Amino acid sequence: MNIWIAIGATALGCYAVKLAGLLVPAGVLERPVVRRLAALLPVALLAALTAQQTFADGRALVLDARAAGLAAAAVALVLRAPFLVVVGAAVVVTAGVRALGG
Amino acid sequence: MTAEQTALADVRDTGGGKPDGAVVRDALGVGVAVGLSGFAFGVTSAGSGLTLLQTCALSLLVFTGASQFALVGALAAGGSPFTAAAGAFFLGVRNAFYGLRLSQLLALPRVVRPFAAQWVIDETAAVSLAQPDRRGARIGFLVTGLSLYLLWNLTTLLGALGAEAIGDTDAWGLDAAGPAVFLALLAPMLRTGTERTVAGLAVLLGLGLLPVLPAGVPVLIAALAAPAVLWAQGRRKSAPRGDVPEEDR
Repeated sequence: MNIWIAIGATALGCYAVKLAGLLVPAGVLERPVVRRLAALLPVALLAALTAQQTFADGRALVLDARAAGLAAAAVALVLRAPFLVVVGAAVVVTAGVRALGG
Repeated sequence: MTAEQTALADVRDTGGGKPDGAVVRDALGVGVAVGLSGFAFGVTSAGSGLTLLQTCALSLLVFTGASQFALVGALAAGGSPFTAAAGAFFLGVRNAFYGLRLSQLLALPRVVRPFAAQWVIDETAAVSLAQPDRRGARIGFLVTGLSLYLLWNLTTLLGALGAEAIGDTDAWGLDAAGPAVFLALLAPMLRTGTERTVAGLAVLLGLGLLPVLPAGVPVLIAALAAPAVLWAQGRRKSAPRGDVPEEDR
């Protein structure tokens, strides 16, 4: 049930902001500070989420196979690999390190 | 060469755009490539313990990838439904700004906007804004939106079914798909020192607060890195001159 509440709230909220952008008159959100903040907010969230989902196990910080997988993804990004290759590299390297290390 | 020049002149006469076929090709390229990554979401979501129905509902109703990954990640980590939804919501806020740009560019009738809204995401905005005129932007929006929506939902279903079939998704390294997706979305945003400072601060806050705060809350606090860095920059900039700087993008 909790999961359905989260899904409903996310779906409503995400749809509302998409629609708001199309309906709100131009100029309301066009202030430079608001624009800068809107561009930086995803940077902060994505960085924090990347770090947490790589190094967190519940509420403890750990260094495991996922870190190797993320490093592989970073290398793929530097080499300008396509999106799916980046994700694939992370998955394959994580699985490989787990298979070797148990 | 003369034929080319004539063709070029024709194109200019009809509004200065590029040929419809080229717009469709660009749009399909983005729609198909990103649409396929719904597979990664389906697997991650099912691996996080969501049911097939819940996983598909997310792709159908939320349809903005980063928010979907964030939500299932937060739920898997034991976050409350509201902190999980809040993190996903804040990631979706950027779509409002795409909508703002797109509403001027596409000039959609008011009755169409509630239907078009669901497709206002990173990819449709990127393709539409890259077109030289309104016709191209409209075609780009429609083709990218349609191909991406169909494929993303189809591959979500297949990914979730696949995850149920293989059982322990962690053994296959599939728990690394989520963070890799986030990193791939983040990397092109890290253009200047400002973005890198925000990202660095957010990582410190997100990891540092993880052991001491309830699940899902550290990410929300990490989001404050964005206003904090902007505020610090504003202070530094206005301090020597004392007047309000007229900032251009």
